[in-house]
Amino acid sequence: MSAPALADEAAEALADGTTVAELRADKRVRRRRATLPYVLLAPGIIWLVVFFIVPMWSIVSTSVETGDMDTGFVLSWRWANFGDVWSQWHQQIIRSLEYSLMCTVFCLILALPLAYFIAFKAGRWKNLLMALVVAPFFTSYLIRTLAWKTILADDGWVVHAMNTLHITPLLSGMGWTYSDNSVLQTPFSVVCGMVYNFLPFTVLPIYTAMEKIDPRLHEAGQDLYASAWATFRKVTFPLALPGIVGGTLLTFIPAVGDYTNAVMLGGPKTKVIGTVIEQQMIGTGGNIPYGAALSVLLMVGTLVITLAYIKRAGTEEIV
Amino acid sequence: MAVINWFRKHVIAIVAGLIFFFLLVPNFVVIWMSFNKPSGKYNVKWEKFSFDAWKNPLDDGILHDPLMLSLEIALLATLVATVLGTMIAFAIVRHSFKGRGFVNSVLFLPMAAPEIVMGTTLLALFLNTFGVSFLGFKSILIAHIMFCVSYVVITVKSRLNGMDPMLEKAAQDLYATPWQTFWRVTFPLVAPGIGAAALLSFALSFDDFIITEMTAGNSVTFPYWIWNAVQKGIPPQVNVIGSLMLIITLAGIAIAEVPKWLKTSKAR
Repeated sequence: MSAPALADEAAEALADGTTVAELRADKRVRRRRATLPYVLLAPGIIWLVVFFIVPMWSIVSTSVETGDMDTGFVLSWRWANFGDVWSQWHQQIIRSLEYSLMCTVFCLILALPLAYFIAFKAGRWKNLLMALVVAPFFTSYLIRTLAWKTILADDGWVVHAMNTLHITPLLSGMGWTYSDNSVLQTPFSVVCGMVYNFLPFTVLPIYTAMEKIDPRLHEAGQDLYASAWATFRKVTFPLALPGIVGGTLLTFIPAVGDYTNAVMLGGPKTKVIGTVIEQQMIGTGGNIPYGAALSVLLMVGTLVITLAYIKRAGTEEIV
Repeated sequence: MAVINWFRKHVIAIVAGLIFFFLLVPNFVVIWMSFNKPSGKYNVKWEKFSFDAWKNPLDDGILHDPLMLSLEIALLATLVATVLGTMIAFAIVRHSFKGRGFVNSVLFLPMAAPEIVMGTTLLALFLNTFGVSFLGFKSILIAHIMFCVSYVVITVKSRLNGMDPMLEKAAQDLYATPWQTFWRVTFPLVAPGIGAAALLSFALSFDDFIITEMTAGNSVTFPYWIWNAVQKGIPPQVNVIGSLMLIITLAGIAIAEVPKWLKTSKAR
């Protein structure tokens, strides 16, 4: 250590009212504290980088390969794969976007009153009701999705009730079902299953945002002669907005790639992009580069939406 | 008029009740159909009450291997993800470091990414670096740890944020070393959050299908078995296992919540 640096250190110790030795020990502790967060972060973050970020590059390089299952695939930088997959499967891509958009809208319509009720009206039942919202998760979702086949069966009471109320002709008139006395294997049953499966993902962030709202703000609204609806619109809704944006994001993005509902509750006319990717990636006679190209399209699309959201709202609020 | 007023006052409760019905009815159907005795291979239509499936929950051993594989992967993934995620949560809440924005984004993106994208990207990585033979137990485990970590971080983080930092200061004032402070004060206080995170990881891993299908190769987990069996017909035994999972979870929630609930009701 040079003489001026030593002098500085001595001056610092004098100013702090300690000895040089104590100051040095203190700095050692601080230095250890400065490296500690990186030690804590490293294993998990490296895992995520290696198995989440790096694979994004793998899929891009796979998407520009050519070849077939028998001879193997080679990297030939064939960007035309993207044109191929779009012209072959744009119908399924658009259908997936439609289904997930409808699913998100319905989830939001159901999540708002449910989160509102639990956050403000449930009192000491709050935690129990939130546990009930997530409880279905603990039965395998494929089994629960299959249960909708029983519920929406042609001769079940739900379809009977819908017939009596003349809802089924209305649905088929809108093109959501294909006949007047059956709802399975249609866009209606697929979206119904999706709403059911994704609703908890919409409710959780909205509930978290609403729970932070001071209930006295509602009283203030009422004191100022606002109706219940006006209070909701002008007080609750804006304050819950971060949760609403987060909830819709966490619903829409997983929904775009989902194919389990479309396969289990749908039919040949409800094929979505996830099914195409599944068949191309691991199906017999699939073309892995085509599956990869479709994944890249899906990945870039969702990444753009997510980053735009993070930029607007920040990640700290959700993570 | 009284009816209309009553309705207006309780409309939100009625709507919430209907939505709960929508959320919970499939679970009841799962339990109800576990007592069915289907005449064909498809257990979709109610036919006859029977305890057959409950007496033979593994369907003569057919379900044994997929169930064991799922349990093994879920336990290991939970263990690793809980340790990694808890460490990250402590770093985020208790320390300052450079690159916070990057860390937050890396944690948030896996929760927002479509499962199929995570599955196919990992499959591409494994195929490009190790080849097809790598797919199986190891690749599924790696994938499950990856998507569980973020959920552990948010769960433990919220518990840490809700903790009074004064308790740790008090321990230090009483001449506890940092190590003693951590194990005697901090850790017991955070433990419920870590437990909840582990439970969540276990459920996510055990139930995962899409990412598993992409990375499984020839291995068959429980959800993957169900998926393959859909076309051939699902036996009611699958409903028995689904019902058991729900009952165990509800019992867990009851054990955690009821004492708290009794305490608050006495206080009032």
